[in-house]
Amino acid sequence: MEKVITANGLTKKFGDFAAVDHITFDVNKGEIFGFLGANGAGKTTAMRMLCGLLMPSSGQATVAGFDVYKQNELIKKNIGYMSQKFSLYEDLTLGENIRFYGGIYGLTDKQIDEKSYLLLHQLNMEHQEKILVKELPLGWKQKLAFSIAIVHDPAIVFLDEPTGGVDPVARREFWNLIYEASARGITIFVTTHYMDEAEYCNRVSVMVDGRIDALDSPLNLMKAHNAASMDEVFLQLARKAVRTDN
Amino acid sequence: MKQFLIFVKKEWLHIWRDRRTLFILIWMPVVQIVLYGFALTNEVKNSNIAILDQAHDEASITIANKIAASRYFNLVKNLYSYNDIEATFKQGKIRMAIVFPSGFRHDLLHANSAQIQIIADASDPNTANTLTNYAATIVTDYQATLNHEQKLPYTISTQVRMLYNPELKGAYNFVPGVMALVLMLVCAMMTSMAIVKEKEMGTMEVILVSPLKPFRIIIAKTVPYLFVSFINIITILLLSVYALDVPISGSVWLLLAESILFTITSLSIGILISNSATTQQAAMFMAMLSLFLPTLLFSGFMFPIENMPFPLQIISNIVPAKWYFVIIKAVMIKGLGFAAIWKETLILIGMTAALLGISIYQFKIRLA
Amino acid sequence: MKAITVENIVKTYRIKKGVVEALNDISFSVDRGEIFGIIGPDGAGKTSLFRVLTTLLRADSGTATIDGFDVIKGYKQIRNRVGYMPGRFSLYQDLSVQENLEFFAAIFDTTIAQNYDLIKEIYQQIEPFKARKAGQLSGGMKQKLALCCALIHKPSVLFLDEPTTGVDAVSRKEFWEMLHRLKIQGITILVSTAYMDEASLCDKVALMQKGRLLSVNTTQGIIAQFKKTIWAIKATEMFRLMNELKNSEAIESCYPFGQYHHVVFKPAANNSELLKNIAVRGHFTQFEMKQIEPGIEDCFMELMQA
Repeated sequence: MEKVITANGLTKKFGDFAAVDHITFDVNKGEIFGFLGANGAGKTTAMRMLCGLLMPSSGQATVAGFDVYKQNELIKKNIGYMSQKFSLYEDLTLGENIRFYGGIYGLTDKQIDEKSYLLLHQLNMEHQEKILVKELPLGWKQKLAFSIAIVHDPAIVFLDEPTGGVDPVARREFWNLIYEASARGITIFVTTHYMDEAEYCNRVSVMVDGRIDALDSPLNLMKAHNAASMDEVFLQLARKAVRTDN
Repeated sequence: MKQFLIFVKKEWLHIWRDRRTLFILIWMPVVQIVLYGFALTNEVKNSNIAILDQAHDEASITIANKIAASRYFNLVKNLYSYNDIEATFKQGKIRMAIVFPSGFRHDLLHANSAQIQIIADASDPNTANTLTNYAATIVTDYQATLNHEQKLPYTISTQVRMLYNPELKGAYNFVPGVMALVLMLVCAMMTSMAIVKEKEMGTMEVILVSPLKPFRIIIAKTVPYLFVSFINIITILLLSVYALDVPISGSVWLLLAESILFTITSLSIGILISNSATTQQAAMFMAMLSLFLPTLLFSGFMFPIENMPFPLQIISNIVPAKWYFVIIKAVMIKGLGFAAIWKETLILIGMTAALLGISIYQFKIRLA
Repeated sequence: MKAITVENIVKTYRIKKGVVEALNDISFSVDRGEIFGIIGPDGAGKTSLFRVLTTLLRADSGTATIDGFDVIKGYKQIRNRVGYMPGRFSLYQDLSVQENLEFFAAIFDTTIAQNYDLIKEIYQQIEPFKARKAGQLSGGMKQKLALCCALIHKPSVLFLDEPTTGVDAVSRKEFWEMLHRLKIQGITILVSTAYMDEASLCDKVALMQKGRLLSVNTTQGIIAQFKKTIWAIKATEMFRLMNELKNSEAIESCYPFGQYHHVVFKPAANNSELLKNIAVRGHFTQFEMKQIEPGIEDCFMELMQA
């Protein structure tokens, strides 16, 4: 199976403190990969290294076939990114946001026009490109942000707590978009605090104290930990943490 | 009272922890004084000039030497033909040229009237004016000594005395100006930003939902800035007395009292700004536009108000800094007492009371 | 006397294109010593409601009281007796843990020592870091410090606006355990959250959506009102199964819930045969189906679409 992310002994130290401590894992093409961990377990640091924003201290990793040390500019061209905190420009319209992100990923005007039609059509938001983003409810905003994050058909999209605060229906519609993108071959790398969402993933890793403590399909993890839900699995693992979240 | 004190302490910690800003606040007046005092001065020193002496007699040489020796001028070139003058100007080498016609001394002694031509580069009219005045003064000086020797009747000599500032030092003007500017900046801008910061961080919500009275919140937030601006006043005064030789002619206590009054004026404007601004950026721009520029333009420190068109003169009256500027000049430079400035002080008190009243009345006990 | 009463509160905001109804005729009441949850997504109006109740915002109409004091006329008394933790942890980032706590104690005219018992358990967890600036604390620590600051004057009613947003599952669990210990000390707690699963930790909840209350009841009460039958279904091919179910005319709703899809049939179509047919026709592997009790999230989705 084609690997989109490989990490081997990937480590990031800040002084003596190993924020990410020798993590090793692979993510397959088109997979929905859940990246779980308590606050301070090292998720954000690991994600930044994979996105080419942070230089690792040691270990190897490739993303979309590119090396995180030497080819981080190429990595950035081939990934999408979206987070709960920052996704779209609130004071720009939908159309302007699509045009902007399409533009920075080097899409031609024609491609942008086609994409923006398809995208708004898929979201049932046709004829709304003149609306300011801040006028949309959060759920719509996040769905739109996700669609824009994959507007350039990246090999992989990183989602950092994309559904925080979103209402339950919109949250499920959001996951529908994730499934569709995954079916098109886009790999999804997602962090979340909702454990039911962890169960939607093909495979899940749980980080504890900078290390990956468990990595398997949700079903196998639940079996292995004798738990009825991912919530229980997560609590069992995360409670073992020695380091406080500082 | 304890609530109030702990609030002041907290506010002081904010200022103290943000060393960079504190550093700027403390050094800003020093930098401004140095800038205005030594670099941006209105005084014209060592201006390059050229002399075309067609007479070359005793009188012309004496005057030319006097001019060349003056600290205002720097003789760079002796010219030998009238045509050279314009060429030299065009090369940008000189700002003024002085022409003595042939037979200068003869005309002076026998015809009782001699002419000197002073040609100045008036692309900068202020400088041109100043330079010609300086030159004319030197010539008049010479004429006076001549008259004295000859005891000739019927000569009218103009006498100019520069009152209060005999050496025409720019510092006499800009020290009060810098005081007004710095107080405006520290008090109004910093307080407004400090209050707005609490709104931005969301801490204002928690403080409002406490028994602390809104009025006290405001006062407590301003106290540390009052202290900082007091340090600034002292710094400016020390610098002006010891570094710029601008003496404090009047009462120091009166000067300080008036400065504190103006500080409170600025603080209330700061509170007023913070009531309508929701981000620190907005507060800063509002302070810049509504305080900094008017203070610069209308206090009389950069541009003389008498020279402004009438409508602008009227507008200048609502700028508190103008009144403060007048007061400080009167006390510090002219050495006048309270009797001379009670009117201005009253106006400033009135403005302060109104501003403080409005800003406290407007300060919201709720969020919206 | 009730700790909180809210009657017909309306609050609207004017924006460029018309009016937004942040709170639309909200009424409920909270008993003393109760943990009352306001459950709803972003934009439901939770924060507006909290601001009205903490006297920070005037409602357009309606009345509300805290400990019997009116939120308009009695705002001074209310401000003396409530603790409030706004959505963003409102701490002074450049002050240390200790300085923050001292400051908030002082503005309520008390000292840390006076009410130390109340915060002891929580404060001990952050005490090792008491010299650290609040801005350098992690999310979980900030949350604990903010809670200490809101508690330091021993309030009779505590308002917590989304205290667990962005906090991981373990810290959330710990936080709720702290709330239950506070409840034992007699403090009434009004807490809002976007996490539906936290509803079961409250004595009573109000489900909120777009400025309206969908339901006010105990969690069991809300679930008991849910009259429809829910089937939990799973197979290896979950995404295809979902599309298949959505296309079936007999099915009213179908949502993914973790490893299962929750399916509700249209009235009179409640037929497990139908599900089995779908399974067989679609060649789904490891097909599994069972009738289950609804959860609070099922109820919320049902109510918000009603």
